[in-house]
Amino acid sequence: MEALFELHGNVHTLRVKGDMTIYTAEALKTHLLNALCVSNTLEIDLSAVEEMDSAGMQLLVVVKREAQRLGKKLSLVQHSPATMRVLDLFNMSAYFGDPVIITARQA
Amino acid sequence: MNLDQALATYIAESRDLLGEMEDRLLHLEQDPLDGDAINALFRAVHTIKGSAGLFGLDYVVVFTHVVEHALDKVREGELTFDAELIAVMLSCRDHIDALIEHVSACGTVVPEGELPARGEALLDQLRQRLLTQASAGLPVDAESHRTAEVESCGREVSGDNWHISVRFGQDSLRNGMDPISFIRYLGTLGEVVSIVTLFENLPSFKDIDPEACYLGFEMSFKSAADKETIAGTFDFVRQDSLVRILPPHSKLSDYLSLIQMQDPASDPKLGDILVNCGTLTRQELHDALAFQQRTAADTEDHVAPPLGEILVGHRLVAEEAVNAALQKQQQIRENKARENLYIRVLADKLDHLINLVGELVIAGASANLLARRQGDKGLQEATSRVTHLVEDIRDQALQLRMVEIGDTFNRFRRVVRDVSLELGKEIELQIDGAETELDKTVVEQIGDPLLHLVRNAIDHGIEPATVRIAAGKPAKGTVSLNAYHDSGSIIIEVADDGGGLNRDKILKRAIERGIVTPEQNLDDRDIYNLIFEPGFSTVDQVTNLSGRGVGMDVVKRNITALSGSVELDSQLGAGSVVSIRLPLTLAIIDGFLVGVGGSFYVVPLDMVVECLELSAEERKSALERNYINLRGEVLPFLRLRDLFRENGKAGRRENIVVVQFSGRKAGFMVDELLGEFQTVIKPLGKLFVNLQGISGSTILGGGEVALILDVPALLQMAANKEMQVTAPFARAVATL
Repeated sequence: MEALFELHGNVHTLRVKGDMTIYTAEALKTHLLNALCVSNTLEIDLSAVEEMDSAGMQLLVVVKREAQRLGKKLSLVQHSPATMRVLDLFNMSAYFGDPVIITARQA
Repeated sequence: MNLDQALATYIAESRDLLGEMEDRLLHLEQDPLDGDAINALFRAVHTIKGSAGLFGLDYVVVFTHVVEHALDKVREGELTFDAELIAVMLSCRDHIDALIEHVSACGTVVPEGELPARGEALLDQLRQRLLTQASAGLPVDAESHRTAEVESCGREVSGDNWHISVRFGQDSLRNGMDPISFIRYLGTLGEVVSIVTLFENLPSFKDIDPEACYLGFEMSFKSAADKETIAGTFDFVRQDSLVRILPPHSKLSDYLSLIQMQDPASDPKLGDILVNCGTLTRQELHDALAFQQRTAADTEDHVAPPLGEILVGHRLVAEEAVNAALQKQQQIRENKARENLYIRVLADKLDHLINLVGELVIAGASANLLARRQGDKGLQEATSRVTHLVEDIRDQALQLRMVEIGDTFNRFRRVVRDVSLELGKEIELQIDGAETELDKTVVEQIGDPLLHLVRNAIDHGIEPATVRIAAGKPAKGTVSLNAYHDSGSIIIEVADDGGGLNRDKILKRAIERGIVTPEQNLDDRDIYNLIFEPGFSTVDQVTNLSGRGVGMDVVKRNITALSGSVELDSQLGAGSVVSIRLPLTLAIIDGFLVGVGGSFYVVPLDMVVECLELSAEERKSALERNYINLRGEVLPFLRLRDLFRENGKAGRRENIVVVQFSGRKAGFMVDELLGEFQTVIKPLGKLFVNLQGISGSTILGGGEVALILDVPALLQMAANKEMQVTAPFARAVATL
């Protein structure tokens, strides 16, 4: 798993590459915590996530809740098919409230 | 626990369950109405199916589902076991076995070709059977009707849905149990209509352990599956997770199902079970218990009515709920008892332990030796105590590897059933000494030779019914398996009450084949055992001749490889017995240490009969011949000094160790007798595989190497030597 942290204008983007699973959860937590610390508006780009399990999903919930507590804006963008499958299975898309774009290819 | 390990456990468990299935089916063939056996059968298939789903082994699930369904019908009394259904079920069991084999080889890869085709054919047979019997409207007795009704409370689905609520344990993810897979699996049983993910237990960002699971779910689930099947989904996480499943119609059946869901806590009280599932409140329980005590005080013999009676009598709970709770109480107690009985250990770990114990024995012997040399009384006492303890540990450690042979024997019930059906003979398998224990590795490797012998006994030993009746024997033949301990060995006998071997035909055949010469003087036993000689027979010729001997040399080779021996005894018209003699263990033996020249040798103590010191006169006469007069008996002997080309000065005295093995006696001439010695067998290297007369080596306390004598081989050698001396003489007599 890799995480690229970039600044575009005043929006920070954390682009997660690889797996968001229990095997990478510890590292992912650190990345998310660091990213949320320094940004007021954070986008988590999920386009390069190859696999996600419950541990990964849990972390997204925690970071979303933390952002709400701190009054920061956090959104998930560019859901990859793997992440969408998990969010759908858990019926969690509404919780995050982010627009999910289904491309023609995926549909 | 990672997934591979879990899968390995699943495969091992499935094999156990399949073994149980076979036993139960064979039992049901005799007693088709045994409810316990039917339930056990159902549970076995159910467990295999449930766990298969967790691993995504859909092809196993698909097949077992139909089998489970059919068994469920049997349970409800809609189907009954007859010979045909038993046969189909046995084939289904075999097919599941094949599927599990496939899982163990290829994992989740869906099998192709013959396997699924065979499965489909079996499923068709089952479905056919389900259809015909259902339409025939078999009369169902009142008893099974009642249970069917109670059970169906939770099964009927008409529009409304199951409610499943799960709180996963914190360790679920670490144990490889991802909620995702459970929800996906539920998808194969029905439709998850709606799902709410709960994370009220999720700690704050800083405190979260990212590898722990904090999730819970409330689901509405639409499925025609029964409650056990749905609950079975969560079998793997039941230990530390909270699972509640409410059936569609939440009335009395709720309580029944909640009782089933009770946590297997330590010895539960009936009242607690009922309270926990909400069918009884604390206060009600309290009142009932008080009433129970009052009644006890009132009655003369101070015996209170059972709590369940009171509760039902006061209409606090329905009778069904009490019954279900009582059953659950019983079940938890049984489970606890069983959990305490067994623990699964990797065979490697055991082997390692036994190796270490072996080293401990050697080190102990060395300490003992040094202590004796020191002459310190206290030290000697201490070491002898240590030696004593080490001996106990050795025995216990070896005991750990011991398994009962019963399981191996029981497998043959199926073989006997199948082969006798195939041949149209009626044969009964009799098993004795199933509790006899022997080393696990030996048990594993004895299966094939035994199978061969049992098949032989059925195929060729037992005559057709008409012949048997003509000979005045019962039409039903008997094949018996027997096991018992005998002086450090285990004897396994395969006996039949068939026609026996024809001595003359075997002798004729052996002479034709050049295995023996006509002049050789052989007793009956020697002749029967000729069938174990390689090259004695080829398949088609022997079946025509005596009906025995197909691959018997292979049987013998397998058994010899386990350092065992095999013998056959037979009586024409009355049957044959094949006796296999095997060592109890292959790791440590009690040995008898002897010295020849400057070297040490170990004779397995079980085979030593006595030791003799030769008088000067006997020594002199023994120089010329290879036998001595032992109390009027001719005892051939071998000079180990010559045999192993030992140099070194001969001792002042020469001793003879008399050994005996499977009825034969011989002597070994040695220089010194050094006494008993616990021998840890170290196998010889590849280089020495062909060495005659030596079976292994060991290390003595002082660090010297001692060779372990291969007594059976040496006995053979002594016998041959005797033959060489006497044969020319015999021939000379014969030609006169």
